[in-house]
Order: sequence, then structure tokens, then C-alpha cells
Amino acid sequence: MKENLYKYILGIADNSLILGQRLGELCGHGPSLETDIACTNISLDLFGQVRSYYQYAAKIIGDGRSEDDIAMLRKEREYVNVLLVEQPNTDFAYTIGRQFLFDVYHFLFLKELQKSHDLTLSAIATKSIKEVSYHQRFSSDWVKRLGDGTVESHQKMQDAIDSLWTYTDELFHQTEADKIIVSEGIGVDVTVLKAEYYATVSKILTESTLKVPKSKWFQKGGKEGIHTEHLGYLLSDLQYMQRTYPNMEW
Amino acid sequence: MIKTEQHIDQKLFPILEQVSDPEIPVLSIMEMGVVRTAVIENNIVKVQITPTYSGCPAMDVIGEDIKKALKEKGYNSEIELILAPAWTTDWITPKGRKALEDYGIAAPLDAEADKSVLLDGKRLVKCTNCNSTNTRLVSQFGSTACKAQFQCDDCQEPFDYFKCLK
Repeated sequence: MKENLYKYILGIADNSLILGQRLGELCGHGPSLETDIACTNISLDLFGQVRSYYQYAAKIIGDGRSEDDIAMLRKEREYVNVLLVEQPNTDFAYTIGRQFLFDVYHFLFLKELQKSHDLTLSAIATKSIKEVSYHQRFSSDWVKRLGDGTVESHQKMQDAIDSLWTYTDELFHQTEADKIIVSEGIGVDVTVLKAEYYATVSKILTESTLKVPKSKWFQKGGKEGIHTEHLGYLLSDLQYMQRTYPNMEW
Repeated sequence: MIKTEQHIDQKLFPILEQVSDPEIPVLSIMEMGVVRTAVIENNIVKVQITPTYSGCPAMDVIGEDIKKALKEKGYNSEIELILAPAWTTDWITPKGRKALEDYGIAAPLDAEADKSVLLDGKRLVKCTNCNSTNTRLVSQFGSTACKAQFQCDDCQEPFDYFKCLK
């Protein structure tokens, strides 16, 4: 029970940690001051949420590991984030596309998690969803601006959506631990979110004059710890300080 | 289980009122509504605070500042961070809203108006410099997680708007 809940919490938190780290890479490197600040603000929200999840996970597992240990000292295969969030900031269209495809899911997920029988998880969800509704507004707005913008911005946005599309189906996969936690009324059955997710995404893409990708070939593995080649590089950045100066504190 | 009301011991109120938000120094944490409980139990003050945004970096500082302020008045304290019920901009007091405006940050509108401002570009936010509502959104995100950037098209003043959180 304890182990499953721990795994379940990591499944939620790792998505936010890795996406937060990706967005953080843009600090001082965003295409404009406003988007730079927006991406790092979203990153900060995600890290804040992550702290609440990892603090709770540390309490549940109770083996002396702290929230920082859980965040910083796992190996690549012990991270269970979806492949979508670890994809690199290839260009701004990719950053926005990744954010948009995740935000729509994240919002639907938190809406359900608010109803969890686990009071800590429902409290985190209720807090986070307010922030995530801003994230979704921001990314949807930019998908529309780029999609319905110039010929070049339209093409770049379409390319990003086409490439990232293959990572969307994994959002709705369940691990064995997920299934158990869902059956206990704690977890969210992500399989039922799928129809609404694709409907929302398709509506916004269409409004943005973009084509909804037709491909039915989807990548998976992140939830089982099998990642794309990008995660290792991301972790070497994320974990650098803890590995170089073990136990250092801010 | 979930408490929506505040429990503040009136004796402690003047002490807590002296603690300000480190990001917005003119605003007391009491006006901000982040202190949910402050009661004395066995000579220890138990304080519960709730973050405005999950990642708000000010929370650790606020916790430390509360401890220090109470210590100066001879109280030992324990600070607990709680998430439920989640903070909303409705908890900012009228005095707090006034302090924000005087500081140059437009206070949050109600949820509907906020949405039409941030999503549909409606001009409803009052410029903190000249009071005109001929203002436009520059960016949904600002210098801190809780703010958006605006500019007044009459007096040209750029200013922050405290986003509605409900």
C-alpha cells in the first residue's frame, strides 16, 4: 500500500519536476522578456507543487529520505515522468507545444485529483489547479498566436505539434501501482480523461488554423522509467550540485 | 476537517500585523490573509500559514519573520504550512487592497472580470498612476508568480496587476 502510493505520487511529481527544469533552462534565454518571465514563472509554480508532492512522498515512504533526496538523488530509470515533458526546448514552438500538450492534460488531471479520498493529494490538487489554469491560458494563447501568425510561425508550430504528438498517448497509460491506487479511490483514472483531452486539444489546434495530427503511432516508456535520450542530459544538469557537493544546502 | 475561517488570538494580532510580505513590503501578512491560525497552546504560539502560490519563495522568509517577531515579544512559536483551504485573492483585506494600489500594484478584479482582461484583452484594470482603465495586458506573467504586467495607454505607465486567484 505504502509503496504503491509512493510510486503514484512520484508519477505525478516527476512530470512537474522535469517540465519545471526544462522551462528553467530558458531563464535568461527566452525569446522575449515577457516569455522568459512567463516560462520561469510556470517553472516556479511547478517546482512549488513538486515540493508538496515530494514532502508527502518522503513522509509516506518514511525511510529517512528527504524531499531533496527524492528530487535529486535518483537514477535515470527511477524517474517515472512521461516522455513528453523531457523533450528539449528545440525552439519556442516546441517549448509552447510541449507546454500546451501537457497543460491540457494537467488541468483535467488535477480537476479529478481534487476529489481524491487522500486529503493531502486533494489539497495539493486544489491549490495547483488555480496555477495550472493560468499555464493553460498562456500556452493555448501562444499556440493560437503562432499557429494563426505568419507563414513561418505557422509552419514551426505545426512541426512542433506533429513531432510531439507521438508522446501524448502515454499520458493516459496506467502502471500497476496506478491501477491499485485508483481502485482505492485515491488516484485518478487517466484513461477516462483521454476523450476530453483530445477534444480540447483538437479544438484549440483548429482555432489556431493548425492540423490535428492523424498519426496513431505513439511512444511510451517514461512511466516505467524507460526514457528518451534527452533525460540523462537534463538530469546531469539538475543533479550537478548534489553530486559535486553531496548534502549541500541552499 | 477543512477550516475556512481564521483563528487568530487577538493578543497576537498586533505582533503579526508588523510582519510584512517580503516581496511587497507595504503589505502586512495579516492584510494578505496568509495567516490562518495563531493560537497560544502551552506557552507556544502555533501559527498556520498558507502560500499564495505553491512556489512562492516568500513563504520560508515569512515563517522566519513571524518566529522572530513573536520571539521579540517573548513567545516561542511553531510554524506550519498548510495547503487547505487554498488561498484566494478574496482573502486580501480592503486595507490590503488599498496598500497594494498605493504601492503601484493594481488589486485583483473579480474572477469574471479577471478572465476577460487576461483572455479577451478587455480594458478593465485601473492604472495605478492615473486611474484610467485604458490599460492593456503586456504579459500574463510578471515579476512574481502572483502578478501580470500591464501598461496604461493614457499615461503610458507600466504597472503590475495582482492576478485573481479563486
